[in-house]
Amino acid sequence: MSGYWAGILSILAVNIIFAYAIFIPVATGQLNLGGAGFQAIGAYTAAFLSASVGLSVTFTLLAATIMAGIAGGALAFPILRTRGVYLILATFAFAEVVAGVILNSETLGGAMGMSVPGYVEWYVPCILAGAVTVFVFYLMATRFGLNMRAIHDDDVVSDLMGVNVRMTKVIAFAIGAALAGLAGGLYAHTFTYVEVQGFNAMVSIYVLLYVLLGGTQTAWGPIVGASFFTLLPEFLRAFLPKLQVWVLGVLGQDAATVQPPDESWRFVLLGVITVLMMAFRPEGFVTRDLVDRFSWRSRRLRTPDGAKS
Amino acid sequence: MTPLLEIRNVSKNFDALKVIDDVSFSVPANGRTALIGPNGAGKTTIFNLISGFYDVSSGVVLLDGMDITKVPSRKRAALGQARSFQNIRLMPHLSVVENVMLGQQSRADGLKQALLPLRASHLRAEAEAQLESMNIRVHPDDVVSSLPYGIRKQIEVVRALASKPRLLLLDEPAAGLNPAETAALVEFLRKISDSGVTLLVVEHDMSLVRSLCDHAVVLNFGRKIYDGATAHVHEDPQVLEAYLGPGHAGKAGLAGAVA
Repeated sequence: MSGYWAGILSILAVNIIFAYAIFIPVATGQLNLGGAGFQAIGAYTAAFLSASVGLSVTFTLLAATIMAGIAGGALAFPILRTRGVYLILATFAFAEVVAGVILNSETLGGAMGMSVPGYVEWYVPCILAGAVTVFVFYLMATRFGLNMRAIHDDDVVSDLMGVNVRMTKVIAFAIGAALAGLAGGLYAHTFTYVEVQGFNAMVSIYVLLYVLLGGTQTAWGPIVGASFFTLLPEFLRAFLPKLQVWVLGVLGQDAATVQPPDESWRFVLLGVITVLMMAFRPEGFVTRDLVDRFSWRSRRLRTPDGAKS
Repeated sequence: MTPLLEIRNVSKNFDALKVIDDVSFSVPANGRTALIGPNGAGKTTIFNLISGFYDVSSGVVLLDGMDITKVPSRKRAALGQARSFQNIRLMPHLSVVENVMLGQQSRADGLKQALLPLRASHLRAEAEAQLESMNIRVHPDDVVSSLPYGIRKQIEVVRALASKPRLLLLDEPAAGLNPAETAALVEFLRKISDSGVTLLVVEHDMSLVRSLCDHAVVLNFGRKIYDGATAHVHEDPQVLEAYLGPGHAGKAGLAGAVA
């Protein structure tokens, strides 16, 4: 496999795991805008253990997952008292604190970053992304997943039904943080270098966008969102010059005299698509209705009037 | 015999506003009790106090002789009480059967149940059977938000029943239903009552109250003004005054407006 595609697949796998990390709290009704913070904890845990202690990748990834999970659980207790926009701000602030601590730590390389001796081939993140996907589908199909989705819809009624709302929220947040840590660890070992700028606020915003635009009602949403937004810029890399030639052709200009399009145009198109999605599919691209329509089970069982025969 | 539910000298204040003022009544086991009164009388507040959504300011709530005043709302379902809501509060993104299974939560607390896929659980088969036995003709996997109003109201009652309650609190079950649907609802509730569930119903539709309930409690401005047989509620002067205003209490001719 070419290095280009191996790189794309690694990034895609890391982004899918990262998207699921954000999806699990979002499916419980909590927007997490601190994704990069948890990813940074995982990445630096793996980087430090690989560089300074010399642990193998298996153990550094495990440690990255556990460390971020513990941080998520510890943060969830106080932070989940806040709701709505305050929760978003609190998670955002947390990520800034993590970045600040790393930046000022000499052990972790500060602004210089750290190189990571352990390297993983592209198939390691891919296999783990597959495993995480299966795990999230399983989790959403259990009673715990039912409670998560119920809290998302109405936490007051969930409580009256006997759901432990607070515990469910804390566990969901911690599982999400642990997955973000795993994504961070994989990132560190894929690029064999970590620096704090790689975990900035834009990273948190993008991953939340993957999830919200992909759809939060089913576990299909994050994988669709992450794949779309990871592969779209690559697709545009090839497609944009052709588009430019065509547009100039329509305007009657000679394409050869103009510079090829700037990199930033890819993000312009990305922004346009984001706005269009928000306008036409505000609940995300993959909704429960969409999944039902394509599921053979519902098509076979349903009689035309929708009643059980 | 101890009543299944007893409200003893309960008051509820929101700051200086006294919403419930020293109300006491009891709900006999296996009975069908109505809680009625004009708008703003405090009926739904009483429900919120019983289910633990609000804390009482003073007084005691007893369920089957046990003081549940300090029991957190989450744990009250397991003690045998369940409720429906004035505005349907089903989970819109969950399917019919998932909503009913959520109602089973108080019986399914535990790690094994939490981690078992819903489709593999015997509780799913139970929920489907319960929907079927109540004659709700929908596909269990339909998402709730796509269903008609009357059916959603029934599903909410089934969800409440899924916890196997001894006491079922129904907040305006007939609101928004047409006469045919209301008649079907009365049958539906009778069936539930015959299975041994005690009903406490907040309702404005007096024909439903008379055809369903034998015992009525009337509230007005947070005070109890009547507690007795449903058959005589429209003869009570205080009730007439509450509904029709002062000066009408003596006019028997207007009694029909209440009844």
